[in-house]
Amino acid sequence: MAGMSAESRGDGQEQRARDMGMTTEALTGRTQQVFFEPSEEERFTYPWAHDVDYNKRTEIDADGLTTTEVNKRLRDLMAEGYGTVVIQNPRGKHGLGVGILNRLNLIFEGSLGYFGVGLIDGPNVRITGRVGWSCAENMMAGTVVIEKNAGSTFGAAIRGGDLVCRGSVGSRTGIDMKGGTIIVGGDTGALSGFMMQRGRMVVCGNAGKNLGDSMYDGTIYVGGEIRSLGVDAVEAELTDLDKAWLTRKLRQYGLLPDKGVDHFTKIVAGKQLWNYDNLEPNEKKLIL
Amino acid sequence: MCGIAGLIHRGKRSDVGSEMTAMLQALKHRGPDSTGFAVYGEPVKGDYVLRLKAAEQEDMDKGRGIDKVVDERIAEVERRMEERGAVIKVRDRVRPHAVRYVLSHDGDTEELAKYIEEVDGTEILSFGNGLELIKDLGDATRVAEEYRLQGFKGTHGIGHTRMATESDVDIRSAHPYWAFPYNDVSVVHNGQITNYWNMRREMERRGHRFMSDCDSELLAVYTAHNLANGMTLEESLRRSIDEIDGVFTYLVATKDQLGMAKDTMAAKPLVLYESDDLIAMASEEVAIRAILPHEIDTVDPYDEEVRVWQA
Repeated sequence: MAGMSAESRGDGQEQRARDMGMTTEALTGRTQQVFFEPSEEERFTYPWAHDVDYNKRTEIDADGLTTTEVNKRLRDLMAEGYGTVVIQNPRGKHGLGVGILNRLNLIFEGSLGYFGVGLIDGPNVRITGRVGWSCAENMMAGTVVIEKNAGSTFGAAIRGGDLVCRGSVGSRTGIDMKGGTIIVGGDTGALSGFMMQRGRMVVCGNAGKNLGDSMYDGTIYVGGEIRSLGVDAVEAELTDLDKAWLTRKLRQYGLLPDKGVDHFTKIVAGKQLWNYDNLEPNEKKLIL
Repeated sequence: MCGIAGLIHRGKRSDVGSEMTAMLQALKHRGPDSTGFAVYGEPVKGDYVLRLKAAEQEDMDKGRGIDKVVDERIAEVERRMEERGAVIKVRDRVRPHAVRYVLSHDGDTEELAKYIEEVDGTEILSFGNGLELIKDLGDATRVAEEYRLQGFKGTHGIGHTRMATESDVDIRSAHPYWAFPYNDVSVVHNGQITNYWNMRREMERRGHRFMSDCDSELLAVYTAHNLANGMTLEESLRRSIDEIDGVFTYLVATKDQLGMAKDTMAAKPLVLYESDDLIAMASEEVAIRAILPHEIDTVDPYDEEVRVWQA
């Protein structure tokens, strides 16, 4: 209070607020700062990423090895420049093929357990079996194609890349997803797209209850029945642009239904829960 | 966390003892505190298999004359059996604190069970024609070895590896739970039940007994209550999804059935494999792979899913 005039000190709250400039300061309404210039040169590869050759191919037999041993072996092979690696007999082990930050052709001949190929940025992965919970969690880029079914929290918090399951997946698919594309050939369980922020999810079969609950943004396309929509998830018009994108994307993975894509339902955020920008400037002053 | 597993053979018997041991050993990382098995063998016509524990393993470690106390308890149990007209055909002291009996008995089994449990420190783990229920501290291999489970021929079984979250590490809180006093019914559970005390008080008001503070015991009592009131296993499982709150996946086995139920949030895992002659399920696929080396198709059951299989 040192900088305040002597007269105003004893006045009411209104006078004090005026003195502090709360009624005069101009608010521009901009809530997003620009932290970097998109035009600036950026180095997008990791300095420790391996430079691999797709034509160099090898196999790892996971039988009798622990998860750590398989992942270490994979890392060593990438350092040697192997660009195509086949992992045999994964037998539902957890946490296989995680943290790969360079391009790589990775093929699993069998099924993975929980947290398979999580935290990846770049590789193309094919899994001939099924995957457990939280497959490709936090994936940044690349493609993952699963031939059979997947467990719950499929593609949790992914930011980029294409994550494809030809079979059916469990509950909470794409929870908290922030980008990228999730494609499901079969059905998905309850609470799919929960708190989704960006990205696209395509479900060719049916969706469980509370689809898109509390989604902020992003788009969900469902080919079959939706048991129920979650809070603030609303149906939107399927535009020609949507249809063109769906056709192209589904054809890419051989999942385009015979009857085309016209029957798909498009779900987006109703944005009724978007309260943070609707406050009056004075209200904002009070809470910020 | 806890791990659960179950399997049922259709129309044939197999070494379910070894199969369940392999499955639960693969799930050891989900719960190392205690392991339990409920396996179903050839039903003994007219005879009953009764398994009981006369002390906690923790008490046994204390020494100080506990052996004598346990001997006295077992003698009292046997006296009470004879008093009620039960004939002990086989008596097997499997562990210092655990006994397996084969009894022939014509009277009311519920009354007999209640009378036996009045003996201080004893708890009947299972009672039935085909059910053998084994549970103790340690991992699957250790418990199976101590109780000589390998080579047990049967049609189906369920099992559990426990990580204690809601109550103590002791045999009384270990799974599976026998659905007292309902013969041949056992339950394993993975999850947390949030309306446990309300439901427990409700069940206690109706005259059911609770031996532990473990929330999973409620499912066994609840199932027994429903079955006693004429519901089928499937009806009971379905009703539990509405009446029991929390997150859970649980398996129930009867003398010729195996059932599963998953809560409304589908928050606890289960992987299911179905073929013409074998159905196997577990919290993680590694457990199913432990008994099926060849390539298989598996699925995750969805929320509110209830299934029942016949042996």
